[in-house]
Amino acid sequence: MARRVSTSTKIGFTVLAWVIALLLFSPILWTLVTAFKTEAEAIASPPTFLPETFTLDNFSAVQARSDYFKHAFNSVIVSVGSTLLGLIIAIPAAWSMAFAPSKRTKDILMWMLSTKMMPAVGVLIPIYLIFRDLRLLDTLHGLTLIMTLINLPIIIWMLYTYFKEIPVDILEAARMDGAELWNEITHVLVPMAVPGIASTLLLNVILAWNEAFWTITLTSGRAGTLTAFISSFSSPQGLFLAKLSAASLLAIAPILLLGWFSQKQLVRGLTFGAVK
Amino acid sequence: MGSITLEHVNKSFGEVEIIPDISLDIRDGEFVVFVGPSGCGKSTLLRLIAGLEDTTSGKILLDGQDVTDAPPARRGLAMVFQSYALYPHMSVRDNIAFPLKMAKMPQAEIDKKVDYAARTLNLGSYLDRRPRALSGGQRQRVAIGRAIVREPKAFLFDEPLSNLDAALRVNMRLEITELHQQLKTTMIYVTHDQVEAMTMADRIVVLNAGNVEQFGSPLDLYKKPANRFVAGFIGSPKMNFVDGPEAAKHNAHSIGVRPEHFRLSTTEGAWKGTVGVAEQLGSDTFLHVQTDGLGLMTVRTDGDQTFKHGDVVYLTPDPTRIYKFDAAGKAI
Repeated sequence: MARRVSTSTKIGFTVLAWVIALLLFSPILWTLVTAFKTEAEAIASPPTFLPETFTLDNFSAVQARSDYFKHAFNSVIVSVGSTLLGLIIAIPAAWSMAFAPSKRTKDILMWMLSTKMMPAVGVLIPIYLIFRDLRLLDTLHGLTLIMTLINLPIIIWMLYTYFKEIPVDILEAARMDGAELWNEITHVLVPMAVPGIASTLLLNVILAWNEAFWTITLTSGRAGTLTAFISSFSSPQGLFLAKLSAASLLAIAPILLLGWFSQKQLVRGLTFGAVK
Repeated sequence: MGSITLEHVNKSFGEVEIIPDISLDIRDGEFVVFVGPSGCGKSTLLRLIAGLEDTTSGKILLDGQDVTDAPPARRGLAMVFQSYALYPHMSVRDNIAFPLKMAKMPQAEIDKKVDYAARTLNLGSYLDRRPRALSGGQRQRVAIGRAIVREPKAFLFDEPLSNLDAALRVNMRLEITELHQQLKTTMIYVTHDQVEAMTMADRIVVLNAGNVEQFGSPLDLYKKPANRFVAGFIGSPKMNFVDGPEAAKHNAHSIGVRPEHFRLSTTEGAWKGTVGVAEQLGSDTFLHVQTDGLGLMTVRTDGDQTFKHGDVVYLTPDPTRIYKFDAAGKAI
């Protein structure tokens, strides 16, 4: 018998869901409306919700002061580049862990995950010095490299989980059919794992796009991404709330849209295998 | 050509020895069945031949060539899996064509071979479907098609029919046997079903705990089982075994009588018993008889006999067909 849910319970949960969603969304909403206010109105007390004088000046001011498009371009290069590089390394790694595990595989997986538990500041000085000596400071390839490294454990873990769901018989059939390792991975494993690979790719692009600590520490003018772009608006010349909001909005807009359009894929990918 | 020779093959997983030491000689064109209870190492042995597992020691020869260290892709064998193992993202056509693509065959030739295989296996109208849109029997046919197009040296079947229903299983059994007669290629077939083994094989390898108990033709195994294990495993229903003084009368540690080798009477005979369950199959009737002092016996009698629970019967084993075994279980 199907479980019956009373109407009042349904209404209760709907309201609760909306309240939580709005609560989570409120900072973004506040940023959105503030971006179209004048600086004076942005800091007015009591605050206004919708802008009394609607203005686009903040956006032009932001672009004039600091090159948005250059930073956005850098963000795209770093997030997409680090994701692709990560996948190239992670697919074979996850293959070997899922299909040719050794005694140490579980330990290696745990060790990789444990690196994500370490505070980044803990390795700031060595990484900074290495970057300085290798002349990687404030370069796009340096930033792409560090972004790949910090997200690699997550990519490998996600792919490992997806690959575990693929019956090993099918890969063995490919081997019997004359497929060498490369063909086994490219013709059989990857096409079967497309949903998993796609959601790994999306999640990693989002993580790399939003990463701030290393971006801000390892770049200045040339290779700065959008996170560095926002932070450049926050301090020195006092608090320009409206301009900061405009800058933030510009920085998060692309990734917000990407997340919005791919949410189905993301949710499916993240829950893949949770229910067999 | 496709002769397969195993020389002192050993396989261990860590501390656990699955196959202690097996030597076998499989002739070109032969249909050999590996049969045994689950966990006897028959699938492992097949995977060693396929190259999907590495031997711990020993040699595997294909047409006299040592392939012990060759990867599966280089052995020129084809395998049909229990789970079919079709590529779910490819159409039936692409599934069958896959091994040919891997062999870098020209497209025109691939098309010709795929069409031929599809016609042989009645898959013509399904070529553009995905595997998930096929029934179990059709899927297994695609798997067989994928195996035959590449004209392998030998076919390896790993319990290919266990996922099918009973009626389909009988059909596919015939189809595979016919295929073997057509192609005359070596086939190794793994099953736990001794009926499949008896009906399909030229020769049967009976495995138990990683050891070959006997290697011979189906009738050899039935008529001259090497030991008690083979005697009990081959034949359906199972052979009846009697130990103790009754066996001692025949100068044996234990004796065996097949259910079909009893004379049945309601008035007189060697062993008296009471019918427990009578299974009527129409053509035959299987009686489970509780004998006085010798335990439960299965008796096969013709289908017209009507016995019911509680009837008293006398069983007399056919004296020329009593199997005798020593204390170690070896046939005397």
